[in-house]
Amino acid sequence: MQTIDLTETGLRETNKMLHAQAANTNQTVWTIENAKGAHAIACGLDAPIEVTVKGSTGYYCGGMNQQATINIHGSAGPGTGENIMSGKIVIEGDASQYLGATGHGGLIVVKGNASSRCGISMKGVNIVVQGNIGHMSAFMGQSGNLVVCGDAGDALGDSCYEARFFVRGKVKSLGADCEKKEMRPEHIAILTELLAEAGFDAKPEEFTRYGSARKLYNFDVDNAAAY
Amino acid sequence: MTNDRSKGIPRTTPRQSATFSQDVNSDIRRAAATGIYDIRGGGAKRKLPTFDDLLFMGASISRYPLEGYREKCDTSVTIGGLHAENPIHLDIPITIAGMSFGALSGPAKEALGRGASAAGTSTTTGDGGMTPEERGHSSKLVYQYLPSRYGMNPDDLRKADAIEIVVGQGAKPGGGGMLLGQKISDRVAAMRNLPKGIDQRSACRHPDWTGPDDLEIKILELREITGWKVPIYVKVAGARPYYDVTLAVKAGADAVVLDGMQGGTAATQDVFIEHVGQPTLAIIRPAVQALQDLGMHRKVQLILSGGIRSGADVAKAMALGADAVAIGTAALIALGDNDPKWEAEYNELGTTAGAYDDWHEGRDPAGITTQDPELMKRFDPIEGGRRLKNYLKVMTLEAQTIARACGKNHLHNLEPEDLVALTMEAAAMAKIPLAGTDWYPGKPGTGF
Repeated sequence: MQTIDLTETGLRETNKMLHAQAANTNQTVWTIENAKGAHAIACGLDAPIEVTVKGSTGYYCGGMNQQATINIHGSAGPGTGENIMSGKIVIEGDASQYLGATGHGGLIVVKGNASSRCGISMKGVNIVVQGNIGHMSAFMGQSGNLVVCGDAGDALGDSCYEARFFVRGKVKSLGADCEKKEMRPEHIAILTELLAEAGFDAKPEEFTRYGSARKLYNFDVDNAAAY
Repeated sequence: MTNDRSKGIPRTTPRQSATFSQDVNSDIRRAAATGIYDIRGGGAKRKLPTFDDLLFMGASISRYPLEGYREKCDTSVTIGGLHAENPIHLDIPITIAGMSFGALSGPAKEALGRGASAAGTSTTTGDGGMTPEERGHSSKLVYQYLPSRYGMNPDDLRKADAIEIVVGQGAKPGGGGMLLGQKISDRVAAMRNLPKGIDQRSACRHPDWTGPDDLEIKILELREITGWKVPIYVKVAGARPYYDVTLAVKAGADAVVLDGMQGGTAATQDVFIEHVGQPTLAIIRPAVQALQDLGMHRKVQLILSGGIRSGADVAKAMALGADAVAIGTAALIALGDNDPKWEAEYNELGTTAGAYDDWHEGRDPAGITTQDPELMKRFDPIEGGRRLKNYLKVMTLEAQTIARACGKNHLHNLEPEDLVALTMEAAAMAKIPLAGTDWYPGKPGTGF
């Protein structure tokens, strides 16, 4: 196992070492100590490695991740896992706003709560939150799945496209063009798999599915109040 | 009943209202018939103070000229040397502005790459990601990082020669993109992760940062992901140029792209294009002042865009302190957009060559702003690239002609003192003396 003290090594050298790992690297397990809320830790990774960050992280930890697994042993700052393409990010604590923003793929797991705009503009990422999520989550969500074992804040899924939202608890309010949907067997299957991948034992049947009403897909003057 | 005519009283001539002009009345009738605002492409069409309101004085006894065609007048520019390991070296200071694949056809993007590369300059992606034909044909490609993040991925990011974080666009400061369903073909839809045929609204704000402090961290992240190799530009609309440039530099930008309201868009509300933003002439001096106040002029490059058409515009922009310019609309015209050879078809669309701006409808007779396979066939990317190269060469020669006449051996040596203003507005906006005087409105110590 490779261990890096971020305070000693510095951000640039740390990321450089992680970026230097090729697909067939044998240095597959890394630990970053003394994260101390630094920004852009382990962003832009593109190798099948596992990085554990000890402590809380600042903005954009794991940004644009490809292939790597990143474990954050603390809470995660704004924009964690933004534009994630593949791989997995697991946050032991809470996540700040814009979690997984515009993510195109991969999985993000939050064991605590996630703040506002969780999954904003998501484009294929799967996000599973054990606790609650904040307001305006999945705003303009295009595709992927957002699973919330707790409650969702105001305006869930505002102006969303084809992303799916599964909420076990209460939804304070739905955003424009977001509606409650029927939970069909294929949705139960997706949810079962995501909960298993996240390691949460919630029952899929307890969730409600939400998604786009598709009324704002083409501009109609009669919907002007919603724009 | 008798009327005035039968009484022999002369009639006044029919008089059109300046307030309710035929243009205005047609807008009202269109609004009344449809219930929706007008959407169009292009930039501000209204008459604005422009670089045409400035003149170069040329050489005289106190300034001697350089021999045209003999003495060297350099046109090269390096962008992004402040923080980037690999700054961009351009042979000419005229770059191609960001325009999306989606708004433009694949072959049109290819032509922009071909023309720019042949002329020794860069081209720029747009809202919709990087296409292989664009990357393949552009020797220097700037990758736009937009609020929508359509098609955004780290592999393409690392293929870019520079990254341009788009905060605003001159045609619509504070507005996001718009691509209507007619242009969302299978390929466009797939690149943007959207269903085919829907009206696509791009976000107006970045999803994961707000404000200058966040921007600084966003720039840090992009540099970390790309190994501090490529320059990072920040593009802002001509909204509050002094503060926007100051904040962009503070956040760590290597270059600032500043886009005035004549700058085009693929599609947005006409009211937005015509009534939000500032003319290009008005935004350059505050931007340069900001760089000078920070001691960063010529260290952080300023790229000016919005209605640049000729070598004279290039020379004037550079005399006022820009390091380079960017062209969008002018490049499309060079490719063949709005060419009178398609007049009959423009007429069928209810318009005329030069006025066609319904680019969002995807029915461009010139085959440039469309995703229709039949219309796209009309456009030859090799010929288009050759035309763009020619146009860029002519602009460069024109700018050099002016610079030599002013005694400058590099376009960057042009200076505000080479200029006079023709109008009070231009004098005030550009802080250039009104021709025949040593005064401009607002000049310190003059009481005005």
